[in-house]
Amino acid sequence: MLFRLSFKNMKKSIKDYAIYFLTLVLGVAIFYMFNSLDSQQAMMQVSASQRDIIKLMVGILSYVSVFVAVVLGLLIVYANNFLVNRRKKEFGIYITLGMGKKQISKIILLETIFIGIISLAVGIVLGVFASQFMSILVAKMFKADMTGFTFVFSKDACIKTCIYFAVMYIAVMFFNTLTVSRYKLINLLNATKKNEKVKIKNPFISILVFIIGVSILGYAYWKVTADMHSMDTAEKMLPPILMGITGTVLVFWSLSGFILQVVQMRRKTYLKDTNMFVLRQINNKINTMVASMSVICLMLFMTITILSSSLALRNSMERNLIEMTPVDLNLTKTANLQETYKKYGREVKSTEEQREDSKISIIETMENNGFDMSNLKDVIEIPIYTTNNLNWHVFFGDKIDDIRSRYPMLQYDTKEEIIKISDYNKVAKLYGIQEYELNSDEYIVLCNFNSMENLRNEVLIDGTNKLTIAGIEYKSKYNECKDGYVLMSGSHINTGIILVPDDCPLKEEDKERKLLVANYNATTDEDKEKIENLLTDESNFVQNLNNKGLELDGSTKISIMEASIGLATIVTFIAIYLGIIFLIASSAILALKQLTESSDNKQRYLILRKIGCDEKMINRALFRQIGIFFALPLILAIIHSIFGIQFAIEVMSGLASKNELIPSIIATVVVIGVIYGAYFLATYLGSKQIIKEDFEK
Amino acid sequence: MEKILEVKNIEKYYGNKSNLTKAIDNISFEVEKGEFVGIMGASGSGKTTLLNTISTIDRVTAGHIIVNGEDITKLRGNKLNKFRREELGFIFQDFNLLDTLTAYENIALALTIQRVNAKEIDKRVGEIAEKLGIKEILKKYPYQVSGGQKQRIASARAIITDPKLVLADEPTGALDSKSARQLLENFEYLNKKLNATILMVTHDAFTASYANRILFIKDGKIFSELTKGNDTRKQFFEKIIEVQTLLGGDLNDVI
Repeated sequence: MLFRLSFKNMKKSIKDYAIYFLTLVLGVAIFYMFNSLDSQQAMMQVSASQRDIIKLMVGILSYVSVFVAVVLGLLIVYANNFLVNRRKKEFGIYITLGMGKKQISKIILLETIFIGIISLAVGIVLGVFASQFMSILVAKMFKADMTGFTFVFSKDACIKTCIYFAVMYIAVMFFNTLTVSRYKLINLLNATKKNEKVKIKNPFISILVFIIGVSILGYAYWKVTADMHSMDTAEKMLPPILMGITGTVLVFWSLSGFILQVVQMRRKTYLKDTNMFVLRQINNKINTMVASMSVICLMLFMTITILSSSLALRNSMERNLIEMTPVDLNLTKTANLQETYKKYGREVKSTEEQREDSKISIIETMENNGFDMSNLKDVIEIPIYTTNNLNWHVFFGDKIDDIRSRYPMLQYDTKEEIIKISDYNKVAKLYGIQEYELNSDEYIVLCNFNSMENLRNEVLIDGTNKLTIAGIEYKSKYNECKDGYVLMSGSHINTGIILVPDDCPLKEEDKERKLLVANYNATTDEDKEKIENLLTDESNFVQNLNNKGLELDGSTKISIMEASIGLATIVTFIAIYLGIIFLIASSAILALKQLTESSDNKQRYLILRKIGCDEKMINRALFRQIGIFFALPLILAIIHSIFGIQFAIEVMSGLASKNELIPSIIATVVVIGVIYGAYFLATYLGSKQIIKEDFEK
Repeated sequence: MEKILEVKNIEKYYGNKSNLTKAIDNISFEVEKGEFVGIMGASGSGKTTLLNTISTIDRVTAGHIIVNGEDITKLRGNKLNKFRREELGFIFQDFNLLDTLTAYENIALALTIQRVNAKEIDKRVGEIAEKLGIKEILKKYPYQVSGGQKQRIASARAIITDPKLVLADEPTGALDSKSARQLLENFEYLNKKLNATILMVTHDAFTASYANRILFIKDGKIFSELTKGNDTRKQFFEKIIEVQTLLGGDLNDVI
């Protein structure tokens, strides 16, 4: 009997449950998708080191999943609570008919189980299909081979999803029982006869608060963009964040009153159609919506910022990689090793053998330790010099105090690296990048790390800057930094190289380190991988070096590629995961809130009908009312994001450029548009049904 | 005289074949311009159904209702809404004021949905408020004013569009006797001075005594008709009571 009752109830209130169901299904599907990553086909096709990255990613994702589960759990409890409260009157009638609270709890329990099972099933099916698409995406990111496509179902992810959601549903049941046990019969029966108290805010206070809110936001925006260099520690980011939150709340608290005031002054607009009604509706309801609107706005803000900046980061990383890894191998070795030297910030004593080795070339070291040089081609070895009297402090000259006051955290005693022009050109030619020429009294600064480049340009812009290197004074050939680098890396991180003429009297002991660049003597990826393996920890060559305590630092194209793509991919996946969950959570809360509003507003729309508004007008009024409630948080979130993304880009300086942003913003807009739009549409259609109910008897 | 409303042999059935209820059973009458007609009857007599069919909220099963020369039983969809918006004014027992809007805005709403321009709205709301004595409360919200004032706001809203016919459903039903009297005096004013045609449904003899003519309805049929003629209101009231007694005790019970 109870089963039939709850089943019928569900069928009856299917419209109310639509959004709840949609949210559950989406939640389950996304949860499954991200937890089934490791068993997806694309993951089987990648290389060993990529598999390590994926392992790391899966590990991180499983932690993130706990957080996601908490968010979803809260959302489900909230949504369920809302639905149960909608049916107070129904439960009241059951109680008058002699049903106990226990039985009511049982009805709700059955319903929860029912909806839970269906949504889990639908969600997992959806998730399984969606993850096939994701597999393709992953394959693209990891450049894996996806020619032999097979359909993958992850049992582990499925079980994990079921367990997590089962726990959530149990939490829901617990809360429901709690809610029901606190019911009083009279309140249940009178639940629909709610006393509507219209709270009116003083218009002047509204305007005042609005101006204060906007000013606080403006200050926070300024702080994170124009004044961003003052934020050198993590703690300093807290005030702007708090200001952002306070500003958002204040703006939402006062916005409707403010808009009402402004529109009321424009009588022509105010006294047109149902404008007056719509505005008053919003003004009336926004009071109870301040908290949720602010939360929704901030969640949307996070979604937009996280999604677009992470996508931008990934895109630019990938682009940089191809450009920044022109050869297969870079090796460096310290030259002229002292008896004590610094290693990872600690003083270390060097051995005789190490000191001897530091005097010979890298090629010799390699040959001495059993590396067959015929594995390499295009081998170039160049020295990199430093001198005691040339560091960043000296380079910045008389601008040093100004720069130091703005960037106190820079290491100003870092010695400038000096390379002779012909050495550089040899490398540049191999790399396929710009070669330079110098007169005998000139130098050039090469730099591609964005913020450092800007600082150096401040000094170079006058064109009068002079540097003394090995006792000779040189002047800068250009009044800006030039593009260039000698060490491969995943992104633009060359903070500065000074090119000097070949006749610069640098001495043997000024050599700071030696650099070897080379390509592998192989054509296929497999053969290259074999040579790469000769340079890894397991090879005889590296074992020999280790036994003697010799050190060669190196980076290879393959390792840089894999590490960077892996990093970017992890960041992107987590961002997409969190972003979409935040988006669903905020859309669902907003949708449910609006549906409650609509059932409260039924009477008002009925009055509109009675005084002769036609369907079109009423639908338009409803559309506007719901549209504005959906649009307000989104608009403010977009404004927040404009500044937030700029800040994020600055923080990741050099890693992502503004040009990369446009496509990722478009992608973000599409994702948000689809999900947020779907919830908006569901809300509008649901509300339309609700306000029609009483009229069409 | 010009005929504003012609009701011709209307019928309204509820239910199905096995259990048929005739809410209105062949009713015909006419209302001329400037008349103040009352419709009296007990609960379930069909008077509200009659009002609903005239106000186009409900449809008739058979017959025709002609308002100002137009057969409204043939209107559909937006034309119906347009008709309701432009030709009819409504006054309800529970006021049906929007609690989120001020008195001014409640009255103005009837005009804004007809897309009257803002200046005109200002002028007309001012005038009608003056006449109904609610000028001081225009800036107040419904919850801030008394029941009588609410009903006068509702009356102002009903009359401001200059409707051909004002339909009032138990307008004094939720009012105390003093407020009721005040409202009815306002109705008299609307009827006599502004020449508004009013059709009012009530079961209260005192309220009905303000009308010029009264139709008594019982079991969906017109049972009797009374015209005030040259009687004073007191004499008319006594006549109403007589008819009510004739109609049977059930009528008195509900008061």
